[in-house]
Amino acid sequence: MPQGDVPEKLKPLLDVLVTLPHFRELGVTAERVERGFAIVRSDYDERTIGNPETGVIHGGVVTTVMDSVCGLVAFTVLEEPKPIATLDLRIDYLKPATPGKALRGQAEVYKETRNVTFVRGVAYHDDPDDPIANCTATFMIGSVGFKVGGEGGA
Amino acid sequence: MPTLKKLREAGDFGAINRRIPYSSFVSLESGEDDKGLLTILRPRESNMGNTLIRAVHGGVVGALIEHAGVMQVMKDTAPEHLPKIINLTVEYLRPCLVDEEAFARGIMVKLGRRIANVRVEVWQSDPERPVAVGHAHFLVE
Repeated sequence: MPQGDVPEKLKPLLDVLVTLPHFRELGVTAERVERGFAIVRSDYDERTIGNPETGVIHGGVVTTVMDSVCGLVAFTVLEEPKPIATLDLRIDYLKPATPGKALRGQAEVYKETRNVTFVRGVAYHDDPDDPIANCTATFMIGSVGFKVGGEGGA
Repeated sequence: MPTLKKLREAGDFGAINRRIPYSSFVSLESGEDDKGLLTILRPRESNMGNTLIRAVHGGVVGALIEHAGVMQVMKDTAPEHLPKIINLTVEYLRPCLVDEEAFARGIMVKLGRRIANVRVEVWQSDPERPVAVGHAHFLVE
């Protein structure tokens, strides 16, 4: 975890990240976090193969890495702690991931408004200019959405 | 070991699902009921992406949608290999709770010569209150 490079204000975010069970299960770690920009990484794991004929990881891993980094970067621009909810996430799969290589997800906030944050990003192995997938996502800020029981739509 | 093609010809979607390591990584199951193919995500602590409300990680909800789409394309086109996904849109409508089963069903919106367009709906206790909807394009070979 690149604690040294992370602005003091954003460190609590990373502390929360490591407690989330699916991040742990998938081995998602943050490589770079700053305001409005982040990179996370997930190492190749044979348990996450989606195509047994080729050894290529499941698209769900790409989706999970991108949802994770897009959500993380949406949190970095909040002035005060607020809940956020993913409204939608779109992924274009540009080429298959290479078996054996770590997957990275990089995301940036490209527009902030009072209610909605707009994020875009790429998934890649070593070079973000040679992406495996492209992604856009929108997040609702200060959502009442994540309330369990009763009307909870964002 | 029978090939995917043989399993498809036998209509054994459960066996195709068990062949995919990721399915057991997140506890995905595939089967059929009287309405057609049904994909199920079983409760699993390690799928949690939000501990405050005990919700399934949004990426795993996306994986459930992709998986239901893949299986629908397998059913409708009987290809030799798993179909390739081109793109996927997931709309998150309500929290997907990790302690309950989540169900997904795909609808083939359009099956062309090369491209399949599939819509998938995900629900938990109440099919009238979907937790997510998605649509995806697949390359059909």
